[in-house]
This record gives sequence, structure tokens and C-alpha cells, in this order.
Amino acid sequence: MTDVTSGVLEIITKKKRVDKPTVELSDRLEDLGLESLDAVEMIFDLEEKFDIEIPYNANTNNPRTEFDTVAAVVKAVQAIVDKKESKAS
Amino acid sequence: MHRVVITGLGAVTPLGHTVAEYWSNLKQGKSGLGPISSAVVQPDDLQPLTQKVVAEVKEFDPLKHFEERDLPTLDRVSQFAVVAAREAIAQAGITFDMPLSLRTACIIGTGVGGQTTHDDCMRRIYYERKTRAYPFTIPKLMVNAPASQITMICGLRGPAFAIASACASATHAIGVAFHMVRSGMVDCAVTGGTEACITFATVRGWEGMRVMAPDACRPFSIDRKGLILGEGGACLVLETLEHAKARGASMIAEIAGFGMTADAGDLTAPDEGGMSRAMEGALKDGGLKPQDIQYVNAHGTGTAANDTTETKALHLAFGNRAKKLAVSSTKSMIGHALGAAGALEFVAAVMAVHDDIAPPTIGYLGRDPSCDLDYVPNEARTMPITAAISNSFAFGGLNAVLAVKKFS
Repeated sequence: MTDVTSGVLEIITKKKRVDKPTVELSDRLEDLGLESLDAVEMIFDLEEKFDIEIPYNANTNNPRTEFDTVAAVVKAVQAIVDKKESKAS
Repeated sequence: MHRVVITGLGAVTPLGHTVAEYWSNLKQGKSGLGPISSAVVQPDDLQPLTQKVVAEVKEFDPLKHFEERDLPTLDRVSQFAVVAAREAIAQAGITFDMPLSLRTACIIGTGVGGQTTHDDCMRRIYYERKTRAYPFTIPKLMVNAPASQITMICGLRGPAFAIASACASATHAIGVAFHMVRSGMVDCAVTGGTEACITFATVRGWEGMRVMAPDACRPFSIDRKGLILGEGGACLVLETLEHAKARGASMIAEIAGFGMTADAGDLTAPDEGGMSRAMEGALKDGGLKPQDIQYVNAHGTGTAANDTTETKALHLAFGNRAKKLAVSSTKSMIGHALGAAGALEFVAAVMAVHDDIAPPTIGYLGRDPSCDLDYVPNEARTMPITAAISNSFAFGGLNAVLAVKKFS
């Protein structure tokens, strides 16, 4: 498991609002009970953890479609982390 | 119960430092939005703000209004309040001699008080690692500072305090002052709201909420992207009708009713039930029926959630009359002045009733299917307006609505 995958799983596990012992990559955020305010908090936690900027406007972005599943969040964060690392090297 | 009339108005806004200038620019659909000015301290070794656009009060020179020796105790938020109060009092043509001074209230809304002073102090202590704070830091930043400064500078000795309910602060303040005058507790009130919190750290805080538009505020429109932060202050002089008549004052309009509710739901998500109950409350308090209202100065922040929910609430409160209303958001021109918003917007609603002109919602690009009312898009409209309401809905689920009607 990559650092990004385990980091995302850890953050989403903390934010979920349903009684489910483990969070899977295939889980949908909606099914985990994550609401729009939770999405804003989750994005903050991800930015802090990976020291990245995730462009997100609560008025125009829809977490339910753009970050439909946990895997989609991992993919999005990984892309931003990779971009940052390629810039740094 | 006394009838309560408005005899003076004052405003310091992103569209001018007097009511005449402000109202003229609102009618012309001018925008007060622009880049964050250099007056906002942005430490150059910190990552610059992502948000570039705000609605500032531009070219406001405190020395035009105050002695230099008085400025160390006057935060920008108090300066706006005092300048607006003086304008309103001058228009009312009233002097607060004894005993009127004792029977005049001063109720001023603000969201956060002296935020510039607070920001300066925190930067000085934590960032510059200075060992001393400026001597008047505390009485300058306190939330009641604007109300207290008005009482001291204008000589008001009756009930005076601040009301803080975030974006509904000013509307709550005016509503409470209205009820105090109506009940006969006081003969007169100076009331309104003020805010000046466009600082580096506060804008950062708002960036964290992810609700700001990058460029323009487009309430109720398709492709709206959120709110734009604003600032300013506005005040009104309220009097019992008997008091105003006895001194031969000219009446600008009459406050009819005030309604307020709490959603008891979500901290930030708006609720059409709480909103509509506040509107219905204002109508009932003023003995008005939905068909008596022609104009609504909406809360209309330009966020996806507010505008859709406020539209639903207008349908709930006005039923089949909702589609006949002219509903506009002046935030499209002056941004969201938070604790001052209700006062700036109530002044616009009072002038709309006075002049029979509905100010526009500018930046309107087209119809959003979830916002299906008449939003007076892009151009002001001359139309008969005998009564209007002004909506304010705050984070924390606190709702306040004022109703104003022509004086006759």
C-alpha cells in the first residue's frame, strides 16, 4: 500500500459517519455518510498531511461526482503529490 | 405601541461613503468589487492569498473624519460606524440634548468587531515576537466598540450594546432597536451595523471554507461560484412617529415588522424552513400580507446553497405571490459585508421603497433551474414599491428579516 493510499484511508476512516469496521477503496463517499462539510474537512486534512493544494470550491465542485469513491480520492491526491515531486526534483 | 419612522440614513460602502453616492451607484448597477488593496498587510514571506477579489471601502481616509489623536482607539470597524451614524443624525436634523439623550438607544451589529486590531496584535505577538501589545488593543477590538464609540461621539445615553449574529448581526440590531422604539422604552434609536475584517488571516479563514468566488458574485445566476467578502457600515435614525412629528422631521419610510428564527439544524447549511418562518414573522409583526410586498432585498450571497434555499423559502413564505416579487441581491455590487450586510442592505431596501426603484442583481448570466424567481437581472427597475423586506441569514442558522413600508 502506498503512503497516499494509507493516508487517505486513515483520514476517511476518521471522517466516516456510518458503522463500518474497515474502509475499502471501492467504498463510495456517499455510502460512508460523508456530507459536503465533511468533504471540506477531509480536503483540509489531505492538504495538511501531504503538504499539497487541492483546488476545490464548494459551490462548483461536487464531491459526490468528482470524488465518488475512496479510490478516486487516492487517485486525485496521488496525481497532485506526483506533480509536486516532479517539480521539486 | 408606537409607529416607528426612519428619519436619517448613513452609509460607508464599497460604492461610496454617503447614502447618496451608494444609492446612485446601486441604481446604476455599478460594481464595488476589486483587487485586495495594499492596505491589507500581506507578509511577503508568506504564501500569497489565493483569493484576489474583495469589495473594500475604497479611499477611506480616517483623517477626513477624525482627529489624529483619536485614531489609536478607533478601529476601522468603529470608524465606519461613527461616520455612518453622523450622516444619519445629520440627515435627521436631530441633536441629542438632554433629556432626549437619555431616551435614545444605540444598538449596533457586527460579526467580529475590531478584526484589524486583533490581526495586528496577533501578528505583533506571535510573528514579530514583540513583547508588548499596543495599549488600546482590547477596547479597540471589543465587539461593542462601534456601539460605544457612537454613544461617546454622538452623546447617546440610553440603552446601548452590540449584537453579534454573524451575517445577520445588523438586521438583528435594527430589529431590536425598532422593537425598543415601538414599545416606548425609548423615543429614538441610532442603529445599524458595521464590519471591517478584510485582513490577511481572515481572508485565509474564508479560503478554508471554500465558498468564495474567484472573480464575481453572481447571486441566483447559473454559473455562480460563491460569495465575495465585503465591508462597510450603515446606520439609521429611528423615532416614534409622535417624536418625529413634534419636531417637524421628514419621514423617509416606516419600519413595519421584524421576524427572527433559528434553524436548530446545521452550522453552515441554510434551511428554507427557518428562513421562511423569519419572513412570515416579519410580515405578521407588521400586519402585512404577502400581497403587500413588492420588493425583496435578498440575502443572496451567490453561493450554490444559499440562493437555491432562499428561493425555496420565498416560495414557502409568499406562495403564489412569490413569482410576482422583484427579488434582488445587492451583494452582487457590494459583496458580503457580513455583520454590516443587513444594514447596508436595509438602507437599499428603504431607498427602494422611498424612490420606487428596485436595485438590480448584477453579473446575472442566466436562469438556474433551481432559482426561478424574478431577480431584477443586471438593470434597476422603476416600479411601484409600497413595502419591502430585507433578508439576512447567518452561519449558525440564525435568520432575521425586516419589513419596511412607505410612510403615509
